[in-house]
Amino acid sequence: MTPIRRWTARTVVMPAENVDTDQIIPARFLTTTTRAGLGRALFADWRYDASGSARPDFVLNTPAADDASILVAGRNFGCGSSREHAVWALMDHGFRVVIAPAFADIFRRNALKNGLVPVVLPADLHARLVAAPGASVTVDVEGSVVELPDGGTAPFFIEPFARYCLTTGQDELQFLLSLEAVIAAYEAKPPATPPLQEVP
Amino acid sequence: MSEPRTLFEKVWDAHLVRGASPETPAVAYIDLHLVHEVTSPQAFTLLRQRGLRVRRPERTLATTDHSTPTDFARDARGQILIRDTQAAEQVRQLETNCAEFGITLYALGNERQGIVHVIGPELGVTHPGSSIVCGDSHTCTHGAFGALAFGIGTSEVGHVLATQCLLLEKPKTMAVSFGGVLRAGVSAKDLILGLIASVGTDGASGHVVEYQGETVRALSMEERMTLCNMSIEAGARTGMVAPDETTLAYLEGRPFAPKGAAWEAAVARWRSLPSDPGARFDREVSFDASALEPMVTWGTNPGMGVPIGARVPEPQGDASREKALRYMGLEPGQAMLGRPVDVVFIGSCTNSRLSDLRAAASVLRGRQVAKNVRALVVPGSQQVKRQAEAEGLDRVFREAGAEWREAGCSMCIAMNGDALRPGQYAVSTSNRNFEGRQGQGGRTFLASPLTAAASAVAGSLADPREYVA
Repeated sequence: MTPIRRWTARTVVMPAENVDTDQIIPARFLTTTTRAGLGRALFADWRYDASGSARPDFVLNTPAADDASILVAGRNFGCGSSREHAVWALMDHGFRVVIAPAFADIFRRNALKNGLVPVVLPADLHARLVAAPGASVTVDVEGSVVELPDGGTAPFFIEPFARYCLTTGQDELQFLLSLEAVIAAYEAKPPATPPLQEVP
Repeated sequence: MSEPRTLFEKVWDAHLVRGASPETPAVAYIDLHLVHEVTSPQAFTLLRQRGLRVRRPERTLATTDHSTPTDFARDARGQILIRDTQAAEQVRQLETNCAEFGITLYALGNERQGIVHVIGPELGVTHPGSSIVCGDSHTCTHGAFGALAFGIGTSEVGHVLATQCLLLEKPKTMAVSFGGVLRAGVSAKDLILGLIASVGTDGASGHVVEYQGETVRALSMEERMTLCNMSIEAGARTGMVAPDETTLAYLEGRPFAPKGAAWEAAVARWRSLPSDPGARFDREVSFDASALEPMVTWGTNPGMGVPIGARVPEPQGDASREKALRYMGLEPGQAMLGRPVDVVFIGSCTNSRLSDLRAAASVLRGRQVAKNVRALVVPGSQQVKRQAEAEGLDRVFREAGAEWREAGCSMCIAMNGDALRPGQYAVSTSNRNFEGRQGQGGRTFLASPLTAAASAVAGSLADPREYVA
C-alpha cells in the first residue's frame, strides 16, 4: 500500500446521499479477476449514456474535475454491496480521499485497506466544502485534520491503527501474520464452533 | 456475578483471539469463510504473490452463484455453457483456486450448488454462536441462526484465507423488537421493508441488530433469514436472531450439523446464547407488526418503501427523492397499485427458499402470468430446486407461464445475462432497487413473493391479499 501522510488537492463535489456501490461500479464490470483498470467503469451509468458517450452534465466529465483527487460526497456514501471494486475504481480514477458526513461501514473498511482516506466531517463543515467545488483542500492524515479552503481546520476521527497503516503503508495482512503465535494459541483451545465436518 | 450480556456480546467474546488495545483493534477468529467467484480471485492472487497458504481450508466452503447461468445450455462437449467469457474465466479460476488450496467447492452442476447464503443454512454449516464471513454484503442472512455473520471486501477475504482472523472494531448494538401477529398476506419481507422504510438505509449504521419479540419468535427459519438478509439495507453491520427450538428443529439432521453426543453438546452451548435478562443495548426500538401491510418500494433504495395500497409520496424538496422519482418515471400522488410491470423476478438470497416458492405458487396455481409480463422463478439452490420439483411447484410455475430456472443470484445482480432491459419495470423479491441493479436502466419494485406473484398475474402492481384464500 502506498503511504499517504498528507494530501493536498482540488475537490470535486458530488453531494447526493446514499450513493451505493452499484452506482460507483455497476455489477456488469465485476467479472474481472484483477484489481487493475477499473477507473473506466467508475460511475459508468452516470458518466456515459447508452451509446457510451460522456454525459457533459455529469460532474466527473467537467474540466474542473480533471485534476481533482478529493471527492466530496454525500451521507452514507458507499452503501450496499461489499464490492471492493468500488474502492479500486475510485483509486484507479485518481481519487485518494473521500470526504462525507458518514460512510457505509463496509465501504469505509475497504477504503482503509487500500489507502483511500475516508474523512468524516460534521454536516456544517461538510456543507462548506459542498459550497466550494474545486477548492484546494489539504488532508493531514498524520494529524487527522482537514485544512479547509477558507483557512479553518477541522479534526476528523480515524482509528489509530488505521492511521498507522495509511501513513506507513503497512497493510493489515502483514500485521495479522505477525500474530501467528497468538492465533495458534487460540486455535489450541476447544473451538467455539468446530471446523466443517460432514456427519452422515 | 458477571454483567448480563447480549447475544452479540457472547459471540464476540468467544471469538476474541486478542482484545483491542489503544493502538490496535481486536483480533477476531472466523469459524466459517464462505467464498464465491466474484469477490475472491484477487484474494487468491494475493496469497500466491506472498507465498501464503489457506490457513484453514476445513473452515472454508466455496460455491459459484453470482455470474453463473440459470438456463444450463450446454456447449459442444456437454459442459454447462457460460456465454460471457470473462464470467467463464472467473468461474474457472475459482475451480483452480479451490483445487490448489484444498477448499471444498460446490461447483456449477454440483447437486449442492446454489446461492452461498442459501446453501450454508440448508447444508447445516451455519451454526448458532459461530462467526461467519463472506465477500458478500448479504452474509448477514446467517444471523438468523444467532451467528455473527457479515460481509467483507476482497482484502479481508485474503486476510481470512491467510490467517482465519480479522481485525475488527467492536460494533454497537441495537435491539429491534417486533410485537404482534402478522396479518394474512403479510410476510417477513414486508417486515424488513417496513423497518427500513422507517429507520432509513443508514438507520442501523455501525450497529449489530438483534431482532426480538413475539413476531420474530413466530417466524420460521426461512422467514428469519429473509429478515436478517436485508439488515445491511438498513446499514447494519449485521442482524441476529437468538436461537430457539425453531432453530434447533431446522438444523437437526442436516449434513454438516453435529450428530449424537456432539449434537447434544452443541445444543447445550447454543441454549446459553440468547441475550441475558437485563442486557443493555446501545439503542432499542420497537414496532407493532400487527398493523403492517404488504410493502413495496417506489424509489431507488430499499428505504423508499410504502404500503402497497399507498400513493407515490411527495419528494418534499429532497433531492435524492426527486432524482429517484425521475429515474423510476413515477409522479407523486399516483397509486402504486396498478403500476404496469414488464418482469417479475422471484429469487435471490432474500426470497428463493422453498417456503418463498410455495408462497408464490399458492398465488400462481391455476392462474396465468399476464401476457405482457415475463416471470422468472429462480430457486436459491439445486436442493431447493429438487424439493420444489418433488412438490410439483415447477409445474405450477410453468403452467402459469413462468420460466423455471437453475439456481443462482440471477436477476438480483444481473451479472449472468438475466437482466432487465432499459426502462423496464420489475417486481422483484430481491433486496436492492438501486439504479440499474437488475440491468442497465431497469426499474425495480421490491416486494414479497406473494406480492410479486400477484403482480405477475395482474400484469401490474397488485395486492396479494386479493389472491390468497
